[in-house]
Amino acid sequence: MAFNIYDLTSFNQSIDKFLYDNLPSFWAMIVEMTIIGVAFLLFYAVIGLFLVYAERKVCAFIQNRVGPNRVGPYGIFQTIADFIKLLMKEIIPIRKADQFLFNLAPFIVIIASFMAIAAIPFGLGLHAIDLNIGIFYVMAVSSLGVIGVLLAGWSSNNKYSLIGAMRSGAQIVSYELSVGLSMVTIVVLAGSMQLSEIVEAQRNGWFIFTGHVPAFIAFIIFMIASTAETNRGPFDLAEAESELTAGFHTEYSGIKFAFFFLAEYMNMFIVASIATTLFWGGWMPLHIGGWEGFNHVMDIIPPFFWYMGKTLVVIFLMMWFKWTFPRLRIDQLLKLEWKYLLPVNLFNLILMALVVLMKWHF
Amino acid sequence: MEDLIITGPGIQDEEYIVNMGPQHPSTHGVLRLKIALKGETVERIEPHCGYIHRGIEKMCERLTYQQMIHLTDRMDYLSAHINNEAVCLLVENALQIEVPERVKYIRTILDELTRLASHELWWCAFGMDLGALTTYFYGLRDREPILDIFEETTGARLLQSFNVPGGLMNDIHPNFQKRVKEYITYFRKKLPEYDELLTGNVILQERTRDVGNLSLEDAISWGVTGPSGRASGFACDVRKHHPYSAYDKVDFNEILYTKGDSFHRYDARVREMWESLKILEQLIDNIPEGDYAVKMKPIIRLPEGEYYQRVEACRGEFGVYILSTGDKWPYRAKFRSPNFSNLSAINKMAAGFKIADLVAIGGSLDLVIPDIDR
Amino acid sequence: MNAIINYLKELFGGIKTLLTGMSVTGYYFVHPKAIITQQYPENRKTLKMFDRFKGEVTMPHDENNQHKCTACSICEINCPNGSIEVISKQVEKEDGKTKKELDIYKYHLDMCTFCGICIKVCPQDAIIFSQGFEHAVFNKAKLIKTLNKPGSSLKEKVKEVKEVI
Ligand code: SF4
Ligand code: SF4
Repeated sequence: MAFNIYDLTSFNQSIDKFLYDNLPSFWAMIVEMTIIGVAFLLFYAVIGLFLVYAERKVCAFIQNRVGPNRVGPYGIFQTIADFIKLLMKEIIPIRKADQFLFNLAPFIVIIASFMAIAAIPFGLGLHAIDLNIGIFYVMAVSSLGVIGVLLAGWSSNNKYSLIGAMRSGAQIVSYELSVGLSMVTIVVLAGSMQLSEIVEAQRNGWFIFTGHVPAFIAFIIFMIASTAETNRGPFDLAEAESELTAGFHTEYSGIKFAFFFLAEYMNMFIVASIATTLFWGGWMPLHIGGWEGFNHVMDIIPPFFWYMGKTLVVIFLMMWFKWTFPRLRIDQLLKLEWKYLLPVNLFNLILMALVVLMKWHF
Repeated sequence: MEDLIITGPGIQDEEYIVNMGPQHPSTHGVLRLKIALKGETVERIEPHCGYIHRGIEKMCERLTYQQMIHLTDRMDYLSAHINNEAVCLLVENALQIEVPERVKYIRTILDELTRLASHELWWCAFGMDLGALTTYFYGLRDREPILDIFEETTGARLLQSFNVPGGLMNDIHPNFQKRVKEYITYFRKKLPEYDELLTGNVILQERTRDVGNLSLEDAISWGVTGPSGRASGFACDVRKHHPYSAYDKVDFNEILYTKGDSFHRYDARVREMWESLKILEQLIDNIPEGDYAVKMKPIIRLPEGEYYQRVEACRGEFGVYILSTGDKWPYRAKFRSPNFSNLSAINKMAAGFKIADLVAIGGSLDLVIPDIDR
Repeated sequence: MNAIINYLKELFGGIKTLLTGMSVTGYYFVHPKAIITQQYPENRKTLKMFDRFKGEVTMPHDENNQHKCTACSICEINCPNGSIEVISKQVEKEDGKTKKELDIYKYHLDMCTFCGICIKVCPQDAIIFSQGFEHAVFNKAKLIKTLNKPGSSLKEKVKEVKEVI
């Protein structure tokens, strides 16, 4: 197998073995968890900062601007400078706020996105936990974030924040459905809920190609619904700065605001990762049947890069949406979900089942 | 705290009072709207003005007619040149001075450029109100060359103060005609983009169609003029019905719609940009030779009496009323600002719609707050 | 059936308009040439304002440190904001006559609205607009400027008085 050079499973196992051999099993577990935690924290910070930078550059180019270009070459250190600024900013206490919930909310939001990242396979053998119900876990965990948003809106004791929080509640409850159903469509095709197995099933062709029309429709629906779930793009009603100033995080400042900010970008990264895993073959390289030489060249690129590349393309797509479209109104948002996405989705699921039953897929 | 309670029929149960403004991203300035909400639905709106009141009318009572002009710039700063022109036309008509044809042509060209610049800014701000942030930069990008044209000829980008009673401050810059022609070709290419990006967009259509309808009767009784009034079918274009400067020599259409919803107000403005281009094309090559101003006495005294002059500013009918006692300054000056009347109809339009619609309606009215408060 | 056709029409029509919009933004994304941002502090050297740009009122002096202002105060009277203060002094000439001469020409940049009336009414063309636009200072007092240079004097060549406006 060509992948073997990049297969990290044995590497991981050797570390695991080494720790358990030398330490009591309890401490070995603690050390492992710490290592993974620190690694993810670093990854999280780097990806978050990079995405903020990328978003600013992408929107700048779309808008005929240059974007950040002062701190460092091409402004690459701009987001780091911004982050340092946010760290040093005064945290303005809100006297009439519900202090406990107000302080808790940003952590819930950020922890929810943290937890979701754990199940994502970044490469062969490169994931923290490989649950047999991985998709289920990701869905469940990523929708926890809305609790943080609701708490933030409620506890700020600000009218705009409350409206924003309520909107976000209605929005996420509805769109969760479409995200789930479009995922189920792929589960039907893959026959497994384990993320690593879903990726493995795409060895001979990514689902977006092998799944015919239903997979493509599912992808589009997933993109729309997950953009809505992350409160981005044309669905950023919870923030809607032209209506609600800043929605649920109006009253937050300093590092707590940074948490919300980072969580938004991480959520975007997570949904893009899931889209990559489910539809675009995860870390699988691009293979075209019959072109042996081409396939071999593709194999040389490490799976992690394949994975990141695909994810970034999906993220770019989301940014493109965001910087093109006007925002929807709350009733239209719900109409879009219940009148268009859900029926199409159910129909699509049946279609997919049919495709799988009749063995029409490749 | 009393101040925060909405007046009128009294606060009802389950009503949620939100103060939109004076500092709010979508009121485009320091306008304060007190809104009674039921859920997301707007029940009543009570506009509160006066946060940027500068007493321009009072100040005018101690300024000569030449000096007054620079204050009219600062009311509706986006149609500065048109406001200037209103005062100048009033003085010229009162003194029965015939300004040279050249002045009329140049004034009309600058008027239309102002209108284009203003509508472009409105377009981008409207997109931003609806959450399409990219439109903002496209609009500003296309407005930039107009401001350059202004800067080259008048010396200022926004508040030109280029009109003086009897003519203009200066002759046009030698590059003026060339630049305007270049701009017309440039903008004819860019304007379809506006339609592709925003007008046709299904989200915009959904957001604006049948939102904030204003009937013809209401438009007339609230005095809603300009593109907003014409969207309701109110034929109120001063350029067409009471032509001034060189408007009687050009051929253009008055954009009239019937429904008066946000989309028609939007579309009326976009179509008006095409008409402005048409007017510019007709005039730019035909500027007659002549003086750029007639000689005026250093001190202008209007004969005793009342004077009124109206012009079509970018947002509607702008009127100047002056009561003169024969002194070198007016006894009383009053400006009829289009935005004030347009704003007054907002309760009629937005009640019963959602907050997001209120933002869209406010955007489609194209309010400029300093013009409301003066 | 009609309802379904309408439903599909709505759906695909909507998607088409969205794609049209995306093609516009996508076009600009891949055409960085369309960028119009000016790099301001960097382009300071090449940045040239238009000749008529109304930056601030200045009083040009020639090589002998002479200006053209006769201290007639017309500009002061005409300024709508009281931004100009012409302070004159009586100077005794060699022939024994006293003559009014400019002592300090005070210009309040902070109150000026750049209306251009002062420039237009000055019968001597003694003041003009300069093209400088970097007016930012840390202390408001710095905005009150004295336009005549120290030790300057009146240029001896009184032009014909120009008609005002
Ligand atoms: S430009 Fe206008 S405001 Fe400024 S000093 Fe001259 S007259 Fe006064
Ligand atoms: S600048 Fe001109 S108008 Fe003003 S005092 Fe001097 S000569 Fe008179």
